[in-house]
Amino acid sequence: MTQPILTIKNLSAGVEGREILKGINLTIRPGEVHAVMGPNGSGKSTLASILAGRDGYHITGGEVVYCGQDLLELEAEDRAREGVFLAFQYPVEIPGVNSTYFLKAAYNEIRKHRGQPEFDAVEFLKFVRERMKILEVPEDFLKRPVNHGFSGGEKKRNEIFQMAVLDPKLAILDETDSGLDIDALQIVATGVNRLKRPDNAQLVITHYQRLLNFIVPDYVHVLVDGRIVRTGGKELALELEENGYESIVHGGAVPA
Amino acid sequence: MITTETKTKLNPNQPRRETVPYWEKFEQFEKIAKDPEWVRVARKAGISHFVELGFPTLKDEDWRFTNVAPIAKLPFKPVLEPTRDGVTAEALEHFMFAGLAGSKLVFVDGHFAPELSSTVNLPEGVKVKSLAEAIAKGPAQVEPHLFHHARSDASAFTALNTAFFKDGAFIYVPAGQIVPEPIQLLYVSTAKEDGTTAHLRNLIVAERDSQVTIVESYVSLSDAAYLTNSVTELVAGDNAVVEHLKLQDESQQAFHITTLAAHFGRASNVLTHSIALGAKLSRTNIHAHLAGEGLECILNGLYLTRGEQLADHYMVVDHAQAHCDSHEYFNGILADKSKSVFHGRILVRPDAQKTDAKQTNKNLLLSDNATANTKPQLEIYADDVKCTHGATVGQLNEEAIFYLRSRCIGLETARRMLIHSFAGEIIDRVRCQPVREELDKLVWDRLEQDEQKTTGNK
Repeated sequence: MTQPILTIKNLSAGVEGREILKGINLTIRPGEVHAVMGPNGSGKSTLASILAGRDGYHITGGEVVYCGQDLLELEAEDRAREGVFLAFQYPVEIPGVNSTYFLKAAYNEIRKHRGQPEFDAVEFLKFVRERMKILEVPEDFLKRPVNHGFSGGEKKRNEIFQMAVLDPKLAILDETDSGLDIDALQIVATGVNRLKRPDNAQLVITHYQRLLNFIVPDYVHVLVDGRIVRTGGKELALELEENGYESIVHGGAVPA
Repeated sequence: MITTETKTKLNPNQPRRETVPYWEKFEQFEKIAKDPEWVRVARKAGISHFVELGFPTLKDEDWRFTNVAPIAKLPFKPVLEPTRDGVTAEALEHFMFAGLAGSKLVFVDGHFAPELSSTVNLPEGVKVKSLAEAIAKGPAQVEPHLFHHARSDASAFTALNTAFFKDGAFIYVPAGQIVPEPIQLLYVSTAKEDGTTAHLRNLIVAERDSQVTIVESYVSLSDAAYLTNSVTELVAGDNAVVEHLKLQDESQQAFHITTLAAHFGRASNVLTHSIALGAKLSRTNIHAHLAGEGLECILNGLYLTRGEQLADHYMVVDHAQAHCDSHEYFNGILADKSKSVFHGRILVRPDAQKTDAKQTNKNLLLSDNATANTKPQLEIYADDVKCTHGATVGQLNEEAIFYLRSRCIGLETARRMLIHSFAGEIIDRVRCQPVREELDKLVWDRLEQDEQKTTGNK
């Protein structure tokens, strides 16, 4: 079998003495789409944050191997340069930073990291316009300050646009569906699907099954109270939608 | 309507002790000044008001956070004669906005330097010259405006300026004329002794339907603890379009007090910027009198402070007529033990219905020892108005830093990007492109220096 993109082994972590993740195991191979579903407070966003390198979490046990290297040893920016991308649940508005400038700086960091010459303004614009075409992103996304004054839908779309520019190996989508109407949801999902390739992978974190009608996962993991209590195929999401998390927590056979 | 503390009226012949040297100096000065009667009267009133008011103290509500005792303690040395030996065009070159090809007037220690100044491409009737000369030779355009907007009876510093000013710029744009190139005013200090004081007095009149851009820069070739005490009166006529920028980049020992007293006519559009980078202590007063209906003005400002600097902005926006929009945007970036003060008073008079007044003051503290004081003050006497104000004081947004890092951008670059963007919000409002670009570079270089210093101290 090919080398996994991500292997999480028995990962335990928390904040200030409170344990949130209590032994997570997860393996993601190239070409796969994994969904992690779970109720509020189950640790979904903590998992995304820890993978992306957000400060403030204590790792109390286990390990995370990304393409053969210890992911937890890397700074957030180095993870991103190595191809880990987090689409934020709440993308941050940065007034005063022009989107083109920001994207060019981000993209050139990756090029530097790979030992490639940096793109100048003209080269970058040519490249970024091609990426925009794939996702049908409006031109003014480039001209406006990063996320500033964007609607909720525009912000999520901008996350996927950034994903298209940075071309990650592992994309983590943290509740990218939250707060979106059905049209915005379809646009975002279509974008994500267009970026799927046999050599990359996607980890979709969501509370609701709705997004998974559009981004079809190969595996669904149910996260409850910091543990993955069940793993199945895409039909597991539908079961959850019908019976709720309660049935799985209390009714199903919960592995220890 | 400007409230000041009631002070005991004193006989000018028995002045307060601290003002005695000023009074004596005035008597000497009056003997050598050759002013027309109307100016003499104003000067006399100025010194009397100064003696009555004395320097403000921390007990004065409008000066609560800014202690001018160090100014009061300085020996008072107004520069009464030109002193510009050694100042060459080459020495001033890097202070100029290089991208501006228009007229420039240079003043050295408050005196006009004609050999360093030039006027080019001025449309018919437009005047860009020394105020002293204008008073002497053509007072018809000066007398109706000078002393009318900046009031000596309400401010000790304006009173002192009125008593002692030697010169400044006079800019007159007749009705309907458009000045295509921005006009540059450069004020240089060469003070060799502490207490050296330049009292600049400027008058800018843009008549109805005219358009003009003015850039004022205060710079220094001196290390002394000098004082700049200047007053600019700005009149924008009906339908006039005016952009005005003041760059304060005085030496780190200097004291800087300026007042912009502005009068805006019906349907005028005025954009004014105050950029404060230098001085040990700076106070910028802006009094905007919105005197006609349907006008729009933006007061925009940025201050960067470090070391033990203090930058104070005191604004009064006086909505006297209906349907006017005023927006104030002030951002500050404070490092080390520096301090800032923002005082924004919005007065909406009973006739000023449909007023739309906005005010924001945002402060970014780069050190735990920096202090930002912000004081909005709304007085509303009309009932159909929109007035909003907001102030923030905080550190760099950790979430924004993480967001940038998660997009491959390193921690230091992310910090710089955010600091720069904070300044950029303000600089982006400068309409005149060459000025905006040079200012952006100047501010960026200054922030980089600070950043290097901060990193070096760690």
